[in-house]
Amino acid sequence: MKKKYTGGRIFTALTYVFLYAPIIVLIVFSFNSTKSRTIWSGFTLNWYKELFNDNLIMSSLQTTLTVSVIASVVAAVIGTFAAIGFYNMKKKWRGPLLTVNNIPVINADIITGVSLALLFISAGAALGFQLGFTTLLIAHISFDVPYIILSVMPKLYQLDRNLFEAAQDLGCTWFQTVYKVIIPEILPGIINGLLIAFTMSVDDFVISYFTAGSSVQTLSMTIYAMTRRRISPEINAISTLLFAVVLILLVIVNMRESRQHKVEIKKEKMLKGLV
Amino acid sequence: MSRNTQSVRSEKGIGDSWRTVKEFFEHFRKQSFAYPYVIWMGLFVVIPIILIGVYAFTSAEGTFTFGNFSGMIDYAPVFGRSLWLAFLATVMCLLIGYPVALAISRMSPKTQRIMLMLIMLPMWINFLLRTYAWMSILENTGLINRFFASVGVFDWINGLHAADLHYTPITHFQLINTSGAVVLGMVYNYLPFMILPIQSVIVKIDPFVIEAAEDLGANSRTVFRKIIFPLSLSGVISGITMVFVPAVSTFVISKLLSNGTVMLLGDLIEMQFTGAAYNPHLGSAISLIMMVIVIICMSVMSRFGEGEEQAVVM
Amino acid sequence: MAKELIRLVDCRKEFDGEVVLDSINLTIMDKEFLTLLGPSGCGKTTTLRIIGGFLKTDSGKVLFDGVKINDVPPHKRKINTVFQKYALFTHLNVFENIAFGLRIQRPRLSEEKITRRVHEVLELVALKGYEKRTVSQLSGGQQQRVAIARAVINKPQVLLLDEPLGALDLKLRKDMQRELKQIQKQVGITFIYVTHDQEEALTMSDTVVVMNKGEIQQIGTPLDIYNEPKNAFVADFIGESNIIDGVMVSDNVVRMYGRNFPCLDKGFAPNEPVDVVVRPEDIDIVPVSKGEMIGTVTEVTFKGMQYDIIVDFQGFKWLIQTTDHSPVGAKIGVKIDPDGFHIMKKSEYSGLYGDYSSYSAEYDELSADPEGVGQEDE
Repeated sequence: MKKKYTGGRIFTALTYVFLYAPIIVLIVFSFNSTKSRTIWSGFTLNWYKELFNDNLIMSSLQTTLTVSVIASVVAAVIGTFAAIGFYNMKKKWRGPLLTVNNIPVINADIITGVSLALLFISAGAALGFQLGFTTLLIAHISFDVPYIILSVMPKLYQLDRNLFEAAQDLGCTWFQTVYKVIIPEILPGIINGLLIAFTMSVDDFVISYFTAGSSVQTLSMTIYAMTRRRISPEINAISTLLFAVVLILLVIVNMRESRQHKVEIKKEKMLKGLV
Repeated sequence: MSRNTQSVRSEKGIGDSWRTVKEFFEHFRKQSFAYPYVIWMGLFVVIPIILIGVYAFTSAEGTFTFGNFSGMIDYAPVFGRSLWLAFLATVMCLLIGYPVALAISRMSPKTQRIMLMLIMLPMWINFLLRTYAWMSILENTGLINRFFASVGVFDWINGLHAADLHYTPITHFQLINTSGAVVLGMVYNYLPFMILPIQSVIVKIDPFVIEAAEDLGANSRTVFRKIIFPLSLSGVISGITMVFVPAVSTFVISKLLSNGTVMLLGDLIEMQFTGAAYNPHLGSAISLIMMVIVIICMSVMSRFGEGEEQAVVM
Repeated sequence: MAKELIRLVDCRKEFDGEVVLDSINLTIMDKEFLTLLGPSGCGKTTTLRIIGGFLKTDSGKVLFDGVKINDVPPHKRKINTVFQKYALFTHLNVFENIAFGLRIQRPRLSEEKITRRVHEVLELVALKGYEKRTVSQLSGGQQQRVAIARAVINKPQVLLLDEPLGALDLKLRKDMQRELKQIQKQVGITFIYVTHDQEEALTMSDTVVVMNKGEIQQIGTPLDIYNEPKNAFVADFIGESNIIDGVMVSDNVVRMYGRNFPCLDKGFAPNEPVDVVVRPEDIDIVPVSKGEMIGTVTEVTFKGMQYDIIVDFQGFKWLIQTTDHSPVGAKIGVKIDPDGFHIMKKSEYSGLYGDYSSYSAEYDELSADPEGVGQEDE
């Protein structure tokens, strides 16, 4: 069954080159000794230094990290409990609720951003508050939770139904069952969801753009402003750093997955009495 | 393993009817876990969308009107442009993405995972930065133009027209600030969203079905035409949706790669909510239309599409 | 009149360093119903796939009608396959599934011809009227028949069937066994059938090939395999067997349990150590005084058709199948007619099978489990 798919492979290779070429260009020119983003004049780390000295960038980075961490953790809590609640609902309630839950995921993010902006502006006019960190945070939590739920619910369904009965058989109340048995079992789902939600928050631009107002800036908002006005290789430096971080994260996630996969295979083998 | 010891108790939980009052309350207690979130959703998902609807049908004075929609006629070209460019981008993603998905699905599982990881890697870099990357490549003094200049392409072209008195010599090709640049940006950003669902569906095709086709006399071209392609269509539909929807609603790509000269629906909406021309009513009307487009696409996808879980989660 | 159709010569296959087929030699005749029988992992499916062209041997020849076909891809062989999980084309209806092979043929067949052949074959598998159904609307048994029809319509010389009845419930399986046999006779082609179910093999086959661990243990008609198993593995795999250490004192006399028994076998060296096979149904229970051997009943299980009685003879447990009941703990005598003995030469399998010490009612269920979770352990 040896088939040669050389044509397809070459095309695929070219596509990957297409995907990575601009990124490579970005990275290369982040080390450029002049301001030019197209003519190479020499190696330097200056732009990285400037990056760390740039107060605006640093503060918006801090904002981004703060918002993302808080939002994803809060979302994880809300989302996990919501998932458990949904799991126990009658189908006729669960279906529509899950659909509503999916709206932020499915909707174009400009609409999510704009609709939330409308809410905050109208409510703000009536109740006397402005767009700012709180509204930003609320917006992030709102679009983070669906990812948690999407990640946790399948895990809930994979649970052995007998676990509940076993725990209660041994004397746990419902709440104890949740804390002692269910959450530990679905923890991988929660963590995965958390990571995804965190990444979504860090990466978000459009929704933050509409809900943060003028006093608060996330990193993406700052980058946007920079690309619109002052083009500087600092942006290249940010890109390179981000690329490195994402690469490391993905490798870690992948290693976790393949380790989990191996554990599952071992479990199956044990059940079949082969190990 | 004896069947006699199996539990006779009926299973409680999902959607079963309850027999005692105690069970009734137990059931609601379990459900109550979700109530906080339900309230949250109502506040921050449902109400905002209702607000959009309200604003869309109200005028600045607060009266019910269709005026916002009729005012959109002026912007028909923007609608057309957005739909057309999104369509182009989708088609290109399909033409590039399908062969790549097919090629990946034919690799060994280990290689597949690496290839998929490599596709997802750029997706995780902020798409502002990815789009920005193209700026320095496409600009008038960007990499491509500099390359052409250094090999003398422009001199050669100018030389061809030397005799023409009305000819102004060129120093660059206009790559940036064109609709082409915007489409390129869309394709670059959304290509992985086409590749992933298609690949995930093709990989799930029962290998025995392919063997059965070969067993019945089909060579590899026929196998692709009659088996693989028809069975991959659900992934294709997902991919199309996952490219078209963001493409039709973006404003960043057009802002960065065309400086707003190529105005898309997204730019239009953004303008209504920020900046000088503040008209949330018009903006909501346009948003409403966009939501309708998105809902149509999404329902097509959920009925006929498959393999989108991969892409959504990523 | 019988023509040799397929011959495997010294075929060997390794997977990840493990030998899956160890120099198999096999001849398959035209128009016969041949079954490859054995436990999971014995190599029967590998052999089938090599014949079908989905696997290549590491060494050895595959001859079809005298021609070497090792490198011929599946779509060029005059062989069709019925897959274990049917592998139907879910995006096509029943008619199109069956017509698939016909539509590929060049020069193209006319539409009437295709329709006619499809209807013929639908009648053959008793699915007339199901043309427009989609795959998801069919039951397991119906899908099975579509898979058969789809393979048979191309008029191949050989049909390969890879445990096709495994997913069906018992009654349906038995009906389909009969039907498959009928279809084979009607269509008049060679069937190569793979199964782990020895009853199925005995019911349907002209020839049975018993395999284990990549080697052919025995080839023969169902009757031969049952009555004259070659070694302890075959004796145990086919039906139930009590296998005891014995000695051939001389022709027609075997000695076990310190006693000489008359039997029908001969051709062994004097006092050669042998494996003695006695089928549970060939043992008569008699009063202690009349017994050739005396033992104690340890278990009695009612099986509907007969009682399964486990008897302890000097520490070795036997299985007796009889319609007479004996209470647990009773001392009984047994008598075995000369033709109830079957003598086998000692082999690598001696001592591994034939003792019913771990027998129990559940055990029988487990051994009927096709996954092979229940393995014989001593």
